[in-house]
Amino acid sequence: MLTFLARRLLATIPVLLVVAVLVFLMLRLTPGDPAAILAGDAASTEQIARIRASLGLDQPVIVQFGLWIGNVLSGDLGESFYYKTKVATLIGQRLEPTVSLAALTILLAVLVAVPLGAIAAWRFGGWFDRALMGFAVMGFSVPVFVLAYLLIWFVSLKLGWLPVQGYVRLSEGPLPWFRQLVLPSITLSVIYIALIARVTRASVLEALGEDYIRTARAKGLTEARVLVRHALANAAVPIVTVIGIGIALLIGGVVVTESVYAIPGLGRLTVDAVLARDFPTIQGVILFFSFVYVLINLLVDMSYLFFDPRIRY
Amino acid sequence: METPNLKQYQALSIEAAAVRRQEGAWQRVQRNWSVRIAGAMLAVLIAVALAAPWLGTVDPTLFDAGSRDLYPGRSGEITTLEGETVKHTFWMGSDSLGRDIYSRVIYGTRVSLIVGVLCALLALALGIVCGLASGYLRWLDGILMRVMDGLMAIPAILIAIALVALWRGSLATVVVAIAIPEIPRVTRLVRSLVLSIREEPYVEAAISLGTPTLKILFGHILPNCIAPLVVQGTFICAFSILVEAILSFLGVGLPPDIPTWGNVMAEGRQQFNDYPHNIFFPGVFLAVTVLAVNMLGDGLRDTLDPKMAKRL
Repeated sequence: MLTFLARRLLATIPVLLVVAVLVFLMLRLTPGDPAAILAGDAASTEQIARIRASLGLDQPVIVQFGLWIGNVLSGDLGESFYYKTKVATLIGQRLEPTVSLAALTILLAVLVAVPLGAIAAWRFGGWFDRALMGFAVMGFSVPVFVLAYLLIWFVSLKLGWLPVQGYVRLSEGPLPWFRQLVLPSITLSVIYIALIARVTRASVLEALGEDYIRTARAKGLTEARVLVRHALANAAVPIVTVIGIGIALLIGGVVVTESVYAIPGLGRLTVDAVLARDFPTIQGVILFFSFVYVLINLLVDMSYLFFDPRIRY
Repeated sequence: METPNLKQYQALSIEAAAVRRQEGAWQRVQRNWSVRIAGAMLAVLIAVALAAPWLGTVDPTLFDAGSRDLYPGRSGEITTLEGETVKHTFWMGSDSLGRDIYSRVIYGTRVSLIVGVLCALLALALGIVCGLASGYLRWLDGILMRVMDGLMAIPAILIAIALVALWRGSLATVVVAIAIPEIPRVTRLVRSLVLSIREEPYVEAAISLGTPTLKILFGHILPNCIAPLVVQGTFICAFSILVEAILSFLGVGLPPDIPTWGNVMAEGRQQFNDYPHNIFFPGVFLAVTVLAVNMLGDGLRDTLDPKMAKRL
C-alpha cells in the first residue's frame, strides 16, 4: 500500500516536469520580448536591458529554466505584468469562486448522472435509455456559453427566479452564495452529466451481464438491491475514472462559464490575462490548473483501493 | 522449421486483404440511422456554406449606422462597398454596428466547417506520425509518450487559449492551437494499434522480405488503422468547432471582423438582455453543426469500430 503510494507519487513527477517544460517553452516561443513588454512603450534601451537582467532573461535558456523552476517549487510564480502583484497571491484571491463552482458542479453531475446512467443500463434499449443517450449527444454538442445565455434569459430574465450574474462570497451567507451559483453549476454540469451518464451506463451494462448478477437475482434479491449493491458497486472504478478525466473538461468549462456569469474566479483571471497578454499570469494559471488536474487523478487512482477491494497494489 | 517461401507469404497477405474487403464496412455505415441523419444535416450545412453568396445575403462586413440593433425580420438599409444604400430585410436582426446577423451567420458556416476539418486533419496527421514513430521505434517511445502525457495533463482549452494569445489570432494559428492538444489522443490510439498490428503475420512477412520500414508503416500498418482514426477524427472535428467558437466568443480567436459564430456572439454579449437574438441564432447553428458531427462520429464508431463501441 505504502509502496504503491510512493510509486504513484513518483510517477507524477515526470508528468509535472514535462508540463513545466511545456509551459516554460510556450512563453519562450513568444514573438515579443517580455522585458520590453514589462518596461512599457516609453522605456529606453538601458531600462529594458536592466529589466532583462533583473528577470534573468540575459542568461542561457537552460539557466533560465532552472531559475524559474526553482522559484515555482518555492511557490513563487512570478509577478503579473498587468496586476503588478505576485501571481501566486492573485491565484489565491481568485480560488474561492472557482472551487465553489467546481465543487457544486461535480456534486450535481454525480448525483444526477450516476442514477440516470444506471437506470438506462437496467432498462437497456428502452425509451429511457434512448432518451438519455440522445441527451448525452446533445450535452456534448451544445456550447457552454449558449446554454448559459439560454438559462440566464429564461430563468433570470423571463421568470426572475435567480440573480443574473455575479458572485457572492460564502462568508456573506450560504444562501446568497448558493443562489448565485445555481445557474452556473447547472450550465457547467450538463456536459459532465453527459460524460458520466454514458460511462455509468456502459459499465453497469457490462456488470449486469456477469454471472453474479444472475446469482443475486436467483437468490431473490430485489431489483433495486441487485442494481445498486451488485451492478453499480462493481461498475464504480470506470465511473470514478471518468470523473477524474472529466476535470479537464470542467476546467475548460470554468473559463467560459465564469466569463458569462461574471464570476471573479480563476477562469475569469485566465481570460483577462490572455486579453492583456499578461504572460506570467497565463503561465501561472495553466501550471496551477494542470497541477490540480494531475493531483485529482492521483486521488482517483488511490480511490480504486476503496471502490474495488480486489485491487491490491 | 521450414522457411515459407515467397509464394506463401504473398498468399498470406492476399488472404488478409480479402478478409478486410469481406466485412463490407461501407454497407454497414450506410445502413446506420445516426450516420444517415447526420449526413443529411451536414450536407445541408455544406451546401449553405458553399452557396452563402446566393442565399439572400449581403457582404457580412457591411454595416449601416441607420440599421443598428434591429429585431429579427425588420427592414432597413445597408450601404454597399460602392457607397450605395440598398433596402435589406434583416431576417435575424442586426448588431450594434448595423451589420446583418443573417449574412454573418451564413458566412460563419464556412469558417466553422473549415476550422473543424483542418483541425481534425492536422491533429490526425501529426498524431499518426508521432504514433507510428512511438509504436515502431522503441528508443523514441519513452520520451515521446512522456511528452504526450505532459501535454494531456494540460486542459485542451487552456493550451489553445494560451497559444492563440502568444501568436495572435489568424486562421492558421487558431487551427494549429486547437489541433495541438488533440495530438496526444491520436498518438496514443495509433501507438496502441501499431503495437498490436506489428505482431500480425503479414507484417512479419513484410519485414522478412526486407521491406523498408517506412513502407511497412505507411503501406501495411497505417491502412489497418483507418477505421478508428476516422472515428477519432470526426470527434476532433466536432470539438474543434466548439473550441473555435469559444475562442472567438472570449475575444481571443479569429479577428472580430471575420464573420464567425463565436464573433457574432461575442459582439452580441453586451446587449444580451435587450437583443438575445444576437446570441440565439449563431448559437443554434453552432449547436446543430456540432450535434451533426458528433452523431456522425457515434454512427461511425458503432459501425466501423465495434471494439470501441463496446467500451462506451
